[in-house]
Amino acid sequence: MMTPLVEATGLSRDFALGARGLFGRSRHVLRAVDRVDLAILPGETVGLVGESGSGKSTLGRLLIRLVEPTAGRIRFGAEDITRLGGRALAETRRAMQIVFQDPYGALDPRMPVEQIVMEPLRIHGARADAAARRAVAEMLDLVGLPPRAARRFPHEFSGGQRQRIGIARALILRPQFVVADEPVSALDVSVQAQIINLLTDLQRELGLTYLFIAHDLAVVRHIASRVAVMYLGKIVELAEKSALYAEPLHPYTQALIAAVPVRHPSARAAGRVRRAELSGDVPSALAIPSGCRFHPRCPHAMALCREREPAPREVRPGHVVSCHLVNPA
Amino acid sequence: MPADEEGLWHRPSVLALRRLLHHRLFVSGLVLFAIIVVAAILAPVLAPINPDKIDMNATFLPPSLRHLFGTDNFGRSLFSRVMWGARLSMLIGGATVAINAVAGTVIGALAGYYRRIDNIVMRANDALMAFPPVLLAIAVTATLGPSIIDVIIALGVVYTPRTARIVRSSVIVLREMEYVQAAVAAGAGDWHVLRRHILPNALAPLIVQLSFLFAYAVLTEATLSFLGVGAVPPTPTWGNIMAEGREYLTTAPWIIAIPGAALMITVLGLNMLGDGLRDVLDPRLRIQQ
Amino acid sequence: MSLLEVAGLTTTFATERGEIAAVEEVNFSLEAGEVLGVVGESGSGKSVTALTVMGLLPRPPARIAAGSVRFAGQELTSLSDREMRRIRGPGIAMVFQEPMTSLNPVFTIGEQIIETIRAHERAGAAAGFARTVELLEKVGIPSAAERMSAYPHQLSGGQRQRVMLAIALACRPRLLIADEPTTALDVTIQAQILDLLLDLRDEFGMALIVITHNIGVIAETADRVLVMYAGRIVEEAPVAGIFDRPAHPYTRALLASAPALDAPLAAGHLPAIPGTLPDPRHRPPGCRFAPRCELAIPACSAALPPLTAVGPGHAASCIRLGA
Repeated sequence: MMTPLVEATGLSRDFALGARGLFGRSRHVLRAVDRVDLAILPGETVGLVGESGSGKSTLGRLLIRLVEPTAGRIRFGAEDITRLGGRALAETRRAMQIVFQDPYGALDPRMPVEQIVMEPLRIHGARADAAARRAVAEMLDLVGLPPRAARRFPHEFSGGQRQRIGIARALILRPQFVVADEPVSALDVSVQAQIINLLTDLQRELGLTYLFIAHDLAVVRHIASRVAVMYLGKIVELAEKSALYAEPLHPYTQALIAAVPVRHPSARAAGRVRRAELSGDVPSALAIPSGCRFHPRCPHAMALCREREPAPREVRPGHVVSCHLVNPA
Repeated sequence: MPADEEGLWHRPSVLALRRLLHHRLFVSGLVLFAIIVVAAILAPVLAPINPDKIDMNATFLPPSLRHLFGTDNFGRSLFSRVMWGARLSMLIGGATVAINAVAGTVIGALAGYYRRIDNIVMRANDALMAFPPVLLAIAVTATLGPSIIDVIIALGVVYTPRTARIVRSSVIVLREMEYVQAAVAAGAGDWHVLRRHILPNALAPLIVQLSFLFAYAVLTEATLSFLGVGAVPPTPTWGNIMAEGREYLTTAPWIIAIPGAALMITVLGLNMLGDGLRDVLDPRLRIQQ
Repeated sequence: MSLLEVAGLTTTFATERGEIAAVEEVNFSLEAGEVLGVVGESGSGKSVTALTVMGLLPRPPARIAAGSVRFAGQELTSLSDREMRRIRGPGIAMVFQEPMTSLNPVFTIGEQIIETIRAHERAGAAAGFARTVELLEKVGIPSAAERMSAYPHQLSGGQRQRVMLAIALACRPRLLIADEPTTALDVTIQAQILDLLLDLRDEFGMALIVITHNIGVIAETADRVLVMYAGRIVEEAPVAGIFDRPAHPYTRALLASAPALDAPLAAGHLPAIPGTLPDPRHRPPGCRFAPRCELAIPACSAALPPLTAVGPGHAASCIRLGA
């Protein structure tokens, strides 16, 4: 088996929340990511789907050390980067980058595009000389922006163009691993496809490895090779794309797929029947249900589901599910 | 993205400047404030009579061509005194703003950026802010002594916590911006993030605050002088002139009215200027295009 | 007579750089009980159209430059604020995208619904309470009587949107406008809310306008569809017509560019629409979509294409329909 490029073992992250004492500590702890294991192979795209509050964005940021883990380990290539700091961490960061969801908040409004894209180079000691400017120009060309974009400011661009700028900034250090955190969710429908195509082209040209975070299952189906489904801080199912969409095993994955709007009005009635089983809202991450955290919404919940948390099991090669209902084939 | 204009014209600071120059309130405020600043700068030229020169033969003269603003109970030229008073007001206001800009930014940025020290720094801040500004200023000048420098220090102590709080709240918001996260993800250290992203973007609300602060400082200084705990008489501060004129309010009302009017023009101008800056610079108020 | 008739509607906004038309020459009508889907991207004018109908645009900067809005035979554009307030609620009601900011955080949800009922009719405290509980049950809030005393922050996003629906339905409106009602919600909640909207339409017998950027929401809800682009209607059709025989190149591209769950997996590129949405200040001459359209010919940029019938109730504004 191939050595993973990025590997998380038992990775957790707690956030302290809410009312604090005068000088004191918070009493509420929210576990956003709960003992997650995930291995991402070089050159692949892992899709990470889940609803808001599932912890998918936090997990993405944990992997590149943008958020500090509470517990667990992260390996990047051969190296354990969990406790890396200072110069060593800065060096490692060259190889791991992130593309954000909101193309408006992701670019410093006071900087011209050239400075924005050049910034990672400058952080790593390059001077703002002709060579750096050439690197920026090449990068802008690669993401499909005209050379004159370099001298302009973020507010002069549309959402899709800003996302291209954000991608150029993420790629200028020639990283191996890129976390794409809902990169098309905030874009207009007619522009989303452009950005998805750009990301797949860049992956091929630069040999990138992606963690593609999204809530849109159809987009993930297009771009990912494997898909992980998160619910309340845990990965509940992980499989090859073809297996996951053709035969989702976890009831939550089934519900997510059933909830996607139909593609043709003639399928309406069937769609309603298909998704009728799932009810209720996602519980608060502050009050995670006992046992299997999906059991209060699960149409197939048994007594066991309320009591014991299901462990992840590889029910078929490469298909891992955490559910008491699923038996190994 | 129109192709015909140069990038320079789309620089956010240039855009803001263009909007400011079309903002009526800002321009009016700027003109009023400029009158006082010009008076302060040109005081030695425009008011050649020594503001402290006593002429007991010319006391309580009402405003005339010879004495534009009249004279006071010692026959001193009020024109000279008010002009030199403008100098002191501008000096005190400017120095207070400078202290605040530096100390408030440093304290606010550190508290906002480093959550560990935030609690301690902000509780100390709250303690200072719990005193009424004038009382606190009196306490400081009473300890240090009543000179211009001591008044400036007092105003610095009174207003820096307020400025620090404003800087801190912008820093807390900016720290979570994704462009800051992007810089951190690229390997940037704290100093880089603060200097390149956070402080430049925290500047706009700070400038708005400082324009209002200038007005408060001038007003508070006048209050201190008026109460007799500011710069010692016969230093020609507006507060001192007004304090001396208080006894002659009915017989020689110009003694108190003229420095009062100067004070009003200064505060009004600065507040209008600050409101204009806020309209243009504060993104929360800007209508999305 | 249709319930709602919008004719030649043009709504403009005054900006620093002159007047911009957000909506241009929009015509449509709506029958009682019908669900009209309006689909478009940012700047398409779909929300401004709805807000104009509701009389909720601040004037100035907004201005109805031309056209008429007739609701149940009554012209709305010339009504005073006071008269318009009487239409809102029992006549037309609206729910918005963001259920977080649409509710007042300092009042319980029960108080907010009763207040709406009492603004339009005399209802005693007991009757108002009973009506409110009934409404909350209708929109699917579990243990409604207890939830009456909950504050908005104690509810999830989906529940808040249900409460917004209850408020909108409090006066039994004849037309409900839902502006991106599920955009801020998760997929599983979105499906629930869409199903609820259709159930409520049946139960209350009202007409429904669903405004969305998501073609899937259209497929789930609409009887008839308007496709808007850069302030204008580019295609109008019964819902099956939009999905089976999309006529306008923009509609076709929009349908093709969104990846589908049930379509066979296409390797490689998604069919993307090139270019960007036009800046409302610099809209292209002629057909607004021409610069991004693969069928465009020089004549497309010469004049605005007229709306041309292509089937029963189906029309598109494009001069290249046969191409």
